[in-house]
Amino acid sequence: MEKNTSAGKIPLIQLKDIYKIYQMGDEEVRASDGISLTIEKGEFVAIVGKSGSGKSTLMNIIGALDVPTEGEYLLDGQDVSDMTDNQLAQIRNTMIGFVFQQYNLLPKLNLLENVELPLLYAGMDPWDRRERAMESLERVGLKEKWRNFPKQLSGGQQQRVSIARALAGNPSLILADEPTGALDSKTGREVLDFLKKLNREGNTIVMITHDSSIALEAERVVRIIDGRINFDGDVKEYAAII
Amino acid sequence: MLQSFKMALKSIWGNKMRSFLTMLGIIIGVASVIILVSIVNGYMSYMTESFASMGVNQITVNYRSLPSRTIDVEEFYEFYEENQDLFQGMTPSVSVSATVKHGSDTMDATTVGGYSEDQLSIKGYELSCGRNLLYSDMASRQKVAVVGAYVASELFGSPEKALGEKIKLNGDNYTVVGVVEQQTESAADFDDGCTDDFVWIPYSRAAKIARNAVISNYTFTSYDINDTDACTAALEEFLYSKMKNDDLYSVTAMSSLMDTLNDQIAMMSMMLGGIAGISLLVAGVGVMNIMLVSVTERTREIGIRKALGAKKRVILQQFVIEAAVTSTIGGLAGILLGSLASVGIGMLMGIDAPPTVSAVLVSFSVSVGIGLVFGYMPASRAAGLNPIDALRSE
Repeated sequence: MEKNTSAGKIPLIQLKDIYKIYQMGDEEVRASDGISLTIEKGEFVAIVGKSGSGKSTLMNIIGALDVPTEGEYLLDGQDVSDMTDNQLAQIRNTMIGFVFQQYNLLPKLNLLENVELPLLYAGMDPWDRRERAMESLERVGLKEKWRNFPKQLSGGQQQRVSIARALAGNPSLILADEPTGALDSKTGREVLDFLKKLNREGNTIVMITHDSSIALEAERVVRIIDGRINFDGDVKEYAAII
Repeated sequence: MLQSFKMALKSIWGNKMRSFLTMLGIIIGVASVIILVSIVNGYMSYMTESFASMGVNQITVNYRSLPSRTIDVEEFYEFYEENQDLFQGMTPSVSVSATVKHGSDTMDATTVGGYSEDQLSIKGYELSCGRNLLYSDMASRQKVAVVGAYVASELFGSPEKALGEKIKLNGDNYTVVGVVEQQTESAADFDDGCTDDFVWIPYSRAAKIARNAVISNYTFTSYDINDTDACTAALEEFLYSKMKNDDLYSVTAMSSLMDTLNDQIAMMSMMLGGIAGISLLVAGVGVMNIMLVSVTERTREIGIRKALGAKKRVILQQFVIEAAVTSTIGGLAGILLGSLASVGIGMLMGIDAPPTVSAVLVSFSVSVGIGLVFGYMPASRAAGLNPIDALRSE
């Protein structure tokens, strides 16, 4: 794999012995039970696992939405594992673009305003913000509809808007949580193709899914079972074992 | 900051119904405080004015003579003369039960009384024509009369025509020497038994008709309403020195009645103020309620915003500004509504009830303050939400 040969460079994601332990009454739940994982810049990784496997916990940690109970997480060399809420907000804002299963667009804002949100929180001035958001909408082919509200669009279009929002801040990592979960197979196909295209353009993509057939669209697959990594390898090897 | 402000406005506009309900609480709270305070104030000044026109500087004396102990009119006059610095006027007051007649016309309801020449100034009336009673009329027990405007117009047609005419009281003829200006304002009230339906004759004459050797009622006036306490004390001392028994006389100052009235009004306004305060508090609880609902309803939105990098402070700002803007707009609308309503109700009640500055300021600042405080609590809860939990909520 030619993309993984950049040995001298800092990996984008470095997880070292990550534990996330929840106390449920007397019971201890290990949602992450010693996970170590390295993802280089430019990779397209699928994290696959059944519900309750701990893949969502892993996504929250990678997405700087949550901090691990134990272990070290370096995002582009920065230690994220013990940051404060405000520092995490800053990291999410500048380094990570989220694409959610439910799109998570704000219904009272039009498309442009939705795409502008992360730029607004980054403190960008209104004119630059607007320009960047428009460029981003153009990339997903919805520039003409910028005045529309999310409800006026189809599911596939809404997901494209949420991708545009994820791209707007020019993040180091695009984190997609079940990006096709709410879509029919045809529009799901389109979204996947679009993610692949973004990857070819150099974006690092981490996709979370429960569906092995969707995981096959990535280049590398990491399978989580009971909070541990059960498989980590090239998509061809993964295709062979399922 | 400016962004939070814009976002708050957008959110208020985006949730018109919810924002309006929040404002409604504030509007009702502010308006009711303004209306209550203004009406009570207006009523209070109306009452004070009408009492003042009845003569707040009057002190009435009433005593009962014993065969062994009595005070005659001359002694009262001596006392009055010795205390010229305290008293402005004094008149004995003798009521006469007599029917007023002129030719075949009879007036049954007319009040007839005997007074000194000071009666006119004590009442605060002016003559429309003729002359007042004179000291010489008292001394010589003249059969002269000063009559009210109603008597003059009923018996003679007009004040001018009444002058020099005779009226009959218990068979004696009295010459009308003066007519008092009309006191009743509306034509409907200008009727039998009204303020203008009276006849004044010299007290010495009246005492003779009533066959009273002793005159037991007097009215004094003080120069200033603030002197009434000193006047009352002087009168009581004088009466005690003569009668040696304080059960035999009473001294009543109109101003003390006024004090009682003022006390009652003050209590009433405090009570109403309390009620208004409670309604403001209820409005505040309403704001808090709506804000809490709004936070719960918007948990997902808060989650999205936080996931996209909104810091705690920014979320807090957005919600607090929203609460502040909502309660400010509500407060302003409440002031407008309250002012209009209090002027309107005042007009209906026939009193002047302009909204008071203090009521406007207090109710506005309290309502905005309550809005901010009660808006802050759910806002800080919203800002503290964990983005994962917030995103997971439906």
